[in-house]
Amino acid sequence: MTTISGFLAPDHKRCDELFAATEAMVASGDWDGAAAGFGRFQEALLHHFAMEVEVMFPAFEARTGMTQGPTAVMRSEHRQMTDLLNQMSGAIAGKDSDAYLGDADTLLIIMQQHNVKEEQMLYRMADQALANELEEVVGRMRAMT
Amino acid sequence: MNGQPLISLDQAPPVGVPLRFFITAPLFALAAALLLLWKGAGLFHSRWDPAMLGITHLLTLGFMGLIMLGAILQMLPVVAGAPMRRPERVAAFIHILASAGVILLCGGLIFTVPLALKIALPTLGTALLLFAALVVVTLRRALPQNMTARAMRLAALMFAATVLLGLTLLSNHAFGWWLRARETLADLHLTWGLLGWVGLLIAGVAYQIVPMFQLTPAYPARLARWLAPVLFILLLALAPARHSPALWSVLKILLAAGFAVFALTTLWLQTKRRRKLPDVLMNFWRGSMMSLLAAIALWLAAQLVPAIGDMRGYGMLLGVLMIVGFAMSIINGMLYKIVPFLVWFHLQSRRGANGPTVPNVREIMPESRTRWQMWLHFTALAVLLAAIVFPAAFVYPAALLFGASNLWLWLNIVAASRTYSRVNALLGKATASAG
Repeated sequence: MTTISGFLAPDHKRCDELFAATEAMVASGDWDGAAAGFGRFQEALLHHFAMEVEVMFPAFEARTGMTQGPTAVMRSEHRQMTDLLNQMSGAIAGKDSDAYLGDADTLLIIMQQHNVKEEQMLYRMADQALANELEEVVGRMRAMT
Repeated sequence: MNGQPLISLDQAPPVGVPLRFFITAPLFALAAALLLLWKGAGLFHSRWDPAMLGITHLLTLGFMGLIMLGAILQMLPVVAGAPMRRPERVAAFIHILASAGVILLCGGLIFTVPLALKIALPTLGTALLLFAALVVVTLRRALPQNMTARAMRLAALMFAATVLLGLTLLSNHAFGWWLRARETLADLHLTWGLLGWVGLLIAGVAYQIVPMFQLTPAYPARLARWLAPVLFILLLALAPARHSPALWSVLKILLAAGFAVFALTTLWLQTKRRRKLPDVLMNFWRGSMMSLLAAIALWLAAQLVPAIGDMRGYGMLLGVLMIVGFAMSIINGMLYKIVPFLVWFHLQSRRGANGPTVPNVREIMPESRTRWQMWLHFTALAVLLAAIVFPAAFVYPAALLFGASNLWLWLNIVAASRTYSRVNALLGKATASAG
């Protein structure tokens, strides 16, 4: 059965993998690899946000009428993470490993807590609220790739 | 003011709420080290010696207890999804009452002042039971599938039971009434405290923290669901089983097995971590889990070879492994993640769109400092263990190393909190000139 949890939760794991791979390259001073790795990580994370913000959140909000609830919190955390991504992008350009690793530590905490909240709460709520249109909503997210 | 406040920040209490606990706590561990330095090898004669009880409670209540209070007060509103009312007043009330209670209790035990113990009774009782009730009630609202919240509630119940037993024993000390079951109650008090409160709390925290920081696989779902409730029931059953030696042994063996499974699973998950960078917190976890396993092995050895259990210092070795090795290691490591993140989080949320840059978590808590403090902590642990076996040779180095480690921890936390004040003032100026 297609579900929002089943589609978006594994995408978190994919972002985690790319995060860890890039961080390891920065720590070992492989700046060419790190630049490529960071590009993939940033793209994956922003793509994940886009699928939520452009498709899933509006569908959830339209169905439940909750615009100031969990989705508002998630949006504000997306902004925090996007800010950190921009700073990390600058650190990659300047080959500043201390700055990169410091922001990466911070991003990891926010990202993981954010993922727990989504996987344990929001995705489950969305799977229930959107039970009759799961195929359609997930299909639109899949079409964005 | 720039922009809308973030919603998650609405729920998080001000940074001063947890920090006041975190800054006080290492001073209690430092005091324990100074007492060890003052009293010397004589302290190790008996773990029931009042001075030894005082030192133990400086560590369990003063250090571990205060940090737990601060961390949970920080976390409760976020878990419950509702801001706490007057968080600063609640925190100040509990902080002052609990700190005063610890000073009265430990001072009263160490210097034999019954009056201090009499005042400690209502002071500590109010602070700790109020806190336990706050946790149990608030976490009822947490999501049912949140295994961390479940384990934490059970830990809070164990904490309340430990406190009630402790208050009974304390009243016995303070007023000198005749308590027949004193030894049994003391035994339950320390077992429920170390395995129930501390053990279950650490397990609950581990379910979330170990995968989160090192990107390990999650704890097996069945383990996360059943371990804490099963351990909780085994611990409760210890009370009535007291009169049946056979049942008592079976329960204890099952408890030991449960905690061994937890420690081994944690170490195994860490070998599968996707984040390979050296990490201070991970080393603290490893040291902690190995201390737990060492304590279990020592306990098991004493069950098989009674002569080991009769050895002088056996109980104290278990105590140091569990308190300094298992519990303090993790708490020390966790502070190095929690404190810089909270400082960063609060500064970042105060910074407007074009405000000055906020230092990152590694600048707030540099790894060069935390790594060396960690080695000092583990060296102190090893020398403390040596000091129990060879008091004359090792007691002073142990006290000095343990004191130095906690002083350094304190300095690291103070430095982070000063960074907060400094950058916060800069942000205030930037906002004023921009506005």
